[in-house]
Amino acid sequence: MSDPTLLSARGLNLRFGAVPALVDVDADLWPGEVLAIVGESGSGKTTLLNVLSGRMAPQSGVVWYREPAGGLVDVHAMPAPALRALHRSDWGFVHQNPRDSLRMGVSAGGNVGERLMAQGSRHYGSIRESAIAWLSEVEIDASRVDDLPRTFSGGMLQRLQIARTLVTHPRLVFMDEPTGGLDVSVQARLLDLIRGLVARLGIAAVLVTHDLAVARLLAHRVMVMQQGCVVESGLTDQVLDDPQHPYTQLLVSSVLAA
Amino acid sequence: MIAIETHALSKQFLLHLQGGVRIPVLRDVAFSVSFGECVALTGPSGAGKTTLLRSLYGNYRVGSGALLVRHQGAMVDLATASPREIVSVRRDTLGYVSQFLRVVPRVSALDIVAEAARGVTLAEARAKATALLLRLHIPARLHGLPPATFSGGEQQRINLARGFIGEHPILLLDEPTASLDAARRDIVIAMIREAVDRGTAVVGIFHDAVVRDAVSNRSHPVLPLQDAA
Repeated sequence: MSDPTLLSARGLNLRFGAVPALVDVDADLWPGEVLAIVGESGSGKTTLLNVLSGRMAPQSGVVWYREPAGGLVDVHAMPAPALRALHRSDWGFVHQNPRDSLRMGVSAGGNVGERLMAQGSRHYGSIRESAIAWLSEVEIDASRVDDLPRTFSGGMLQRLQIARTLVTHPRLVFMDEPTGGLDVSVQARLLDLIRGLVARLGIAAVLVTHDLAVARLLAHRVMVMQQGCVVESGLTDQVLDDPQHPYTQLLVSSVLAA
Repeated sequence: MIAIETHALSKQFLLHLQGGVRIPVLRDVAFSVSFGECVALTGPSGAGKTTLLRSLYGNYRVGSGALLVRHQGAMVDLATASPREIVSVRRDTLGYVSQFLRVVPRVSALDIVAEAARGVTLAEARAKATALLLRLHIPARLHGLPPATFSGGEQQRINLARGFIGEHPILLLDEPTASLDAARRDIVIAMIREAVDRGTAVVGIFHDAVVRDAVSNRSHPVLPLQDAA
């Protein structure tokens, strides 16, 4: 099992004033693998996601990304245009609030097609065709392609954001609480969608969630964070069914079974 | 040929939230199963049968000792294997039927079974899943429905179909017939026997003596630790 990682972080540290957000965090992600970062609010999980994806710089430590050609790049040493290009093509980022990544004044189809155009696609007909195909992939009716996102429900907006993210066939997707703030029935639909797409397209993903059931459903491995430290990590079902660290035992035992 | 063997396998639970109480469950377990053999784990409730079975699947962490599983021709120690190695062992080597089906919202019974198939196309997996479900008396009208609302016996049979469809070289069964009537139970007995005849190594917990006698070649007693001491 010495095949190369897609993303590796070593010794990440970051403090916000007196508050430790990341303390000596290491992380590895292999191609096609889903890694969940769990922990309560303020544990540093979203900070870790932002640092892994190059959106926020650590005070020390390094994040390596393996490019399709096999070479390693230091995410935080890359020139800004190269990092932006990475975010437009190889990577995707699904925000908890879809309004953070969608353009609310541009049609649904335009939101999806825009990422293709940013990659260099110029043929209007094929862009529109891909946009419609991706809308149906995320179960948005093709008749809505010219509608503005502001006429969409919260669940539809989240699915539109996923279509916009996946249209460029990224190798790696970062997801920040993708089902947070949605009704449970909408959550189930979205989770099923993410689960199917990630498995079928072989996408690697780093997923931040406070919901252990989401981690169990989607992730191969899980990292448990508390006060900026990774207190436990391993196989998802092993960590959830046989938690070792006091904090993980607390998290697991605090979940209400419906 | 040995499929699984353990050496001095021990496991205890340390409950931090209950004042750090330690519950030893397995101590110095020496267990083995060969291909083409079915071993029944026996012993009273609470003795640690499920803990042993879950450890064999890598669901529980091994405390100390070795837990060797033959995977792709070599013995892998699940006590020290990386998470990714365990994922690989489960994909290619270990099948597991838990006591209860974990329902995934919106996914149909057919797809829950079909997605556990190995090395076949989606269409082949669905055909195989359909045949297995029908064999287990799950009528075709239910195949397209998510099993959340199914009865306990129906859910258990879907779980069985999911466990058997992959035809893994090693199969772990936790009470596979607990919620089944006699007719359905006999179908499961036949399926376990066929798997053993194909050369599968089976480890199971069977409270039902009829099932245990019908499928197992031998028993491995698991005793509560205070009694064993």
